[in-house]
Amino acid sequence: MILTKAQYKEIAQCLVSVPPTRQSLRKLNQSRATLLSIFSQEYQKHIKRTHAKHHTSEAIESYYQRYLNGVVKNGAAPVLLDLANEVDYAPSLMARLILERFLQEHEETAPSKSVINSMLRGPSQIPDGVLANQVYQCIVNDCCYGPLVDCIKHAIGHEHEVLLRDLLLEKNLPFLGEDQLRAKGYDKTPDFILQVPVAVEGHIIHWIESKASFGDECSHHAYLHDQFWSYWNRSWTATGKGHSLTLKILEEKLGGKETQRCITIME
Amino acid sequence: MAAVLESLLREEVSVAAVVRWIARSTRGSEDNPGEAAALSSLRPLRKEFVPFLLNFLREQSSRVLPQGPPTPAKAPGASATLPGRPGGPSRGSRGARSQLFPPTEAPSTAAEAPLARRGGRRRGPGPARERGGRGLEEGVSGENLPGAGGRRLRGSGSPSRPSLTLSDPPNLSNLEEFPPVGSVPPGPAGRTKPSRRINPTPVSEERSLSKPKTCFTSTPISCVPSSQPSALDTSPWGLGLPPGCRSLQEEREMLRKERSKQLQQSPTPTCPTPELGSPLPSRAGSLTDEPADPARVSSRQRLELVALVYSSCIAENLVPNLFLELFFVFQLLTARRMVTAKDSDPELSPGVLDSLESPLFQSIHDCVFFAVQVLECHFQVLSNLDKGTLKLLAENERLLCFSPALQGRLRAAYEGSVAKVSLAMPPSAQAVSFQPETDNRANFSSDRAFHTFKKQRDVFYEVLREWEDHHEEPGWDFEKGLGSRIRAMMGQLSAACSHSHFVRLFQKQLLQMCQSPGGAGGTVLGEAPDVLSMLGADKLGRLWRLQERLMAPQSSGGPCPPPTFPGCQGFFRDFILSASSFQFNQHLMDSLSLKIRELNGLALPQHEPNDEDGESDVDWQGERRQFAVVLLSLRLLAKFLGFVAFLPYRGPEPPPTGELQDSILALRSQVPPVLDVRTLLQRGLQARRAVLTVPWLVEFLSFADHVVPLLDYYRDIFILLLRLHRSLVLSQESERKMCFLNKLLLLAVLGWLFQIPTVPEDLFFLEEGPSDAFEVDTVAPEHGLDAAPVVDQQLLYTCCPYIGELRKLLALWVSGSSGRSGGFMRKITPTTTTGLGAQPSRTSQGLQARLAHAFFHNQPPSLRRTVEFVAERIGSNCVKHIKATLVADLVRQAESLLQEQLVTQGEEGGDPAQLLEILCSQLCPHGAQALALGREFCHRKSPGAVRALLPEETPAAVLSSAENIAVGLATEKACAWLSANITALIRREVKAAVSRTLRAQGPEPAARGERRGCSRACEHHAPLPSHLISEIKDVLSLAVGPRDPDEGVSPEHLEQLLGQLGQTLRCRQFLCPPAEQHLAKCSVDLASLLVADQIPILGPPAQYRLERGQARRLLHMLLSLWKEDFQGPVPLQLLLSPRNVGLLADTRPREWDLLLFLLRELVEKGLMGRMEIEACLGSLHQAQWPGDFAEELATLSNLFLAEPHLPEPQLRACELVQPNRGTVLAQS
Repeated sequence: MILTKAQYKEIAQCLVSVPPTRQSLRKLNQSRATLLSIFSQEYQKHIKRTHAKHHTSEAIESYYQRYLNGVVKNGAAPVLLDLANEVDYAPSLMARLILERFLQEHEETAPSKSVINSMLRGPSQIPDGVLANQVYQCIVNDCCYGPLVDCIKHAIGHEHEVLLRDLLLEKNLPFLGEDQLRAKGYDKTPDFILQVPVAVEGHIIHWIESKASFGDECSHHAYLHDQFWSYWNRSWTATGKGHSLTLKILEEKLGGKETQRCITIME
Repeated sequence: MAAVLESLLREEVSVAAVVRWIARSTRGSEDNPGEAAALSSLRPLRKEFVPFLLNFLREQSSRVLPQGPPTPAKAPGASATLPGRPGGPSRGSRGARSQLFPPTEAPSTAAEAPLARRGGRRRGPGPARERGGRGLEEGVSGENLPGAGGRRLRGSGSPSRPSLTLSDPPNLSNLEEFPPVGSVPPGPAGRTKPSRRINPTPVSEERSLSKPKTCFTSTPISCVPSSQPSALDTSPWGLGLPPGCRSLQEEREMLRKERSKQLQQSPTPTCPTPELGSPLPSRAGSLTDEPADPARVSSRQRLELVALVYSSCIAENLVPNLFLELFFVFQLLTARRMVTAKDSDPELSPGVLDSLESPLFQSIHDCVFFAVQVLECHFQVLSNLDKGTLKLLAENERLLCFSPALQGRLRAAYEGSVAKVSLAMPPSAQAVSFQPETDNRANFSSDRAFHTFKKQRDVFYEVLREWEDHHEEPGWDFEKGLGSRIRAMMGQLSAACSHSHFVRLFQKQLLQMCQSPGGAGGTVLGEAPDVLSMLGADKLGRLWRLQERLMAPQSSGGPCPPPTFPGCQGFFRDFILSASSFQFNQHLMDSLSLKIRELNGLALPQHEPNDEDGESDVDWQGERRQFAVVLLSLRLLAKFLGFVAFLPYRGPEPPPTGELQDSILALRSQVPPVLDVRTLLQRGLQARRAVLTVPWLVEFLSFADHVVPLLDYYRDIFILLLRLHRSLVLSQESERKMCFLNKLLLLAVLGWLFQIPTVPEDLFFLEEGPSDAFEVDTVAPEHGLDAAPVVDQQLLYTCCPYIGELRKLLALWVSGSSGRSGGFMRKITPTTTTGLGAQPSRTSQGLQARLAHAFFHNQPPSLRRTVEFVAERIGSNCVKHIKATLVADLVRQAESLLQEQLVTQGEEGGDPAQLLEILCSQLCPHGAQALALGREFCHRKSPGAVRALLPEETPAAVLSSAENIAVGLATEKACAWLSANITALIRREVKAAVSRTLRAQGPEPAARGERRGCSRACEHHAPLPSHLISEIKDVLSLAVGPRDPDEGVSPEHLEQLLGQLGQTLRCRQFLCPPAEQHLAKCSVDLASLLVADQIPILGPPAQYRLERGQARRLLHMLLSLWKEDFQGPVPLQLLLSPRNVGLLADTRPREWDLLLFLLRELVEKGLMGRMEIEACLGSLHQAQWPGDFAEELATLSNLFLAEPHLPEPQLRACELVQPNRGTVLAQS
């Protein structure tokens, strides 16, 4: 299925009103994983836009006080999660905010980033039991941020790479993988370089970078800047340059699982 | 001078004698005594003759209506410098550099329009000796002031000049009156000279950049006093100008003002200067052309004589620029109208010779007659022009009318010509590919430098892309847009080695982007469109032509354009300027010099003139293409080298004079040249490779500053070049001498160089000595490159696009006379980007080598190329093969040795460096096998390749010799490399393997255990890890809450989930370590929730808690997963973390039996040791718990500790069915 830009915009618009809860996401996921991906991206854009306002010292202080008051009243209630939902901020990020604040208060020195990350990954390390539970609750209930979600994203990325590799093998398209290229000393490489270019719908494909997420414009630009141009700069494409990006969503039945694939073609 | 001409006209001396007299001052022996006497008295003036003649002709032609090409006949102004003629009226002969325009225009033009000519402004006092004239013309050249052409002449040389009405010449600078060519108004009389100018805005790319192209076209120049020579070259190259400070518009505006001022002040310009290279003239819209009639030629004999003298001068290379003269002649040929006024010039100076009193060209008929006479003498040159020009010439009706014979020859030449030329712009950018050999981490001093370079590459291309996207936009400014980014990037290049890396990238990109298309393969490639149209794809061909018309610069700036940086080159120039980095420039110069030396010394194949082999033609296409690629690369590199090298010395100020000049000279003569071009030139001439060396040298010198030609070192070079120029007489043909087109190329580039403002004009005419024929060193090789037909028209036109002006002139004539709006149709030719294959080195000097050489000598060149090619490839493949086999084996050995070492030495291993040394000392000796293996490989592979590539019919003996030579060369190449590098190669690979192995051993214990893959039968249908994590996360979030009242999971779902987890863990296809880690962690969390009975169960309403038995079954599944399926570590100790144990505190009534069960099973399965559990339990006590919970916990831990160390299996079995002691305890 090829999604037009107009359709995409319409979908994105609708998804803005969906709350980021487990229940609503389950519904989305039941229809199509693509929806979930679009939703996730829209939500992330939203968080990016509002990120700063939650990071003012006043805001942090007020959140922390509300958290303290909340847990004093009832430590078992989802204080932190409710707070995050109320102020429309991602629960994991709220948990991080409060945790940082908490550690600042309880330890002499400001906690390092790695300590915080490690505590978020394993809340059992958090010295305060109540806070540990609150943080854990935020993390398992967050559908777009947090170590678990990151891991899921990473896993999806890896899986798609494997799927792609299988597909290339199956289609008998010889390629060089990232590892082989690195072994040769390349600094930046795409996932796969085709040893013999192929044409897909009239476009010459030289390399493939698998991105297991919906390719909206925003992420395209980011990837373009971070990675794709670098590949071009290393002449992975033999054709001239061009800025046109074509977006396609191919759906395939693979392993009984519906997966989506977005192919970006750089000319 | 006039006296000479005069005596000629009076037939006192013969033309031949005069030419001899001019060319060879000393040898007068062949002349008859009378002639010699007549001429000898004039000897001191000998040098003046040619300049005089040229100026004379320019002046004479000044009355030809400028309909045409406003061009310029740029004549040397040297005559003015002649000794013994101080300030006399003849001085005015400088005026000879006049335009062909008469100042008067059709009356309809705006009366106000002043003498819109440059010359008007610069009138200096009488002694117009200044070189400025030169600069001036250049100043107005080309794109900028195309219309500012016709200048009023006022020199003694043209005694009978018609008086011209100066009052109302057209205001050529008025864009409204004279709109750019493209927009020719159909209008009639009102616009008499309407479109006669080309739009100065820029077809050429640099224009659109912020910097005005000021080369030769600097700010308006006011009349300079004679003491200020060359004041006109004020801002050479425009480098000094802050970008954007002068837009073209501003400049134009200033010019306009300046002009009108000038006009008011001086109605009669006195220091006329010719316009050099006014660009494309537009055609005269409504002017009717005067028909030319051979019958109405006024004084045939005189014209014939002058034409003969003129032609002879051209033929003897006594004129500085052959093509400029041709251009002038073409202008005469295509002159549209003669000025009618016949009154004598009021300023006419007295004392001119009688027979010169009446104008040479009294009518258009005279002009055309003269032109045709001259052209007849130069048929050979004409016939070597491109096919398009030939066609236009052959179809020229005047030519047909005046000389049917010449027309016939031209037609025949046209029909036989294959010289289609395309000047399409190079294709757009393509990045230089990553070069693993040089861009590798190993070539950088540190990781930091490597990463910096990595970043820089990206920044560089980002800048390049941005330039590509924007540089054509009006108002976009390179410096403003990119300058700071470039400098920031340069700022990061701290390490010297980073500079050289970057420069290498820069230079490669430069070569890749700016090498002109087509190379020399025009004749082959040019046919592509035709082939396509035969196939019915004529629309494609048309599209191409259209594209080219849109993309190719319409004008290269007249017949003598200033050096420019067209197209992509502009980017590199601006980059250098914006970067303004001393280190970068130095590295760039080093790198450019090196590359130039390398390419200049490249052994290009040499031609065997008697090669009758049928394939020689085909071969020569390849040779030519290779030559063209090398030559164009050299020119490009040399241009940039010249640009960078002379950059510090160029400025807007006029060249110094007097003492200042002397001190500068003294200073500069100390500075060694950036590249020893003199030696290279001398060697090139000796080796008869002028055709390769001179064109790039010219590019290099074209960027020299004013002082350079005065330096002894460079003066030598100029003298050499002048001698060469003089020696290249086109009509002299001999087998051993230079090919015709080669000569033509050299004449074109040298002629162009002599017109560059920084080259003193007196150099050409005053330099004594050129008359002694340029002696080629007798020890020169038999067949130098010069004798090989390496140049074709495509290359000639690519190097000298200004030759194309000839064609434009003719095309204008056609379009003007036929009323069609003409465009210049050119064919687009596909481009090839051929790499510069390195030539195999010929090292062996022995008899064998001489034999091989002799062998090749008698064979077609393709044989040699084939053998060399095979040797080169096989040699290279051999090295690769050794790498992949021998070296790879050694690396494997190293790995297993290392494993052993690690096992014996235990965990701590040893010092990696020491390990490496041990391994290398064991393995490197095996490298010796490489040579034997390599020899064997070459022996095995080479003969087959040679056989496959040579024609079937090759005689057996030849074939076997070729095979043997190929084997020998390949072996030599491979062994040379291997013996030098094999040890280092093995070392490097082993080192990489060691660090790989150690890394795998090191920090990640998980990686140490061998990882099992899927079983062979696995079809990879297991659920994806991401899906499972997501599902488990859902269960966790449900359990942790908050949740809706109707939410929950069914026990079946849980069981299914764990089943899937098992499948996934067994199929490793999609599993990556982080995913496995998270799965492990989640499974532990899940177990804790099960133990605490915190999972909300969905089912018949009554049953909200998981049945004990079900819970145990699930825990069993988990235990088995942990035991059997997880390959990474499972954080089981988390089961006893305060947080997870604390979950139990919330349940009422608390049930400890599942926990106890779990702990026992963990111990029993060996997943956790008793001690470990004890420790965890111990630390649990330290946490703060509610009082009763702490008590229960203590009981549990006592209970667990009291159990026998090895519980019997039976006990477990019964536990599954009945509550165990823990439960009892908990319930108590």
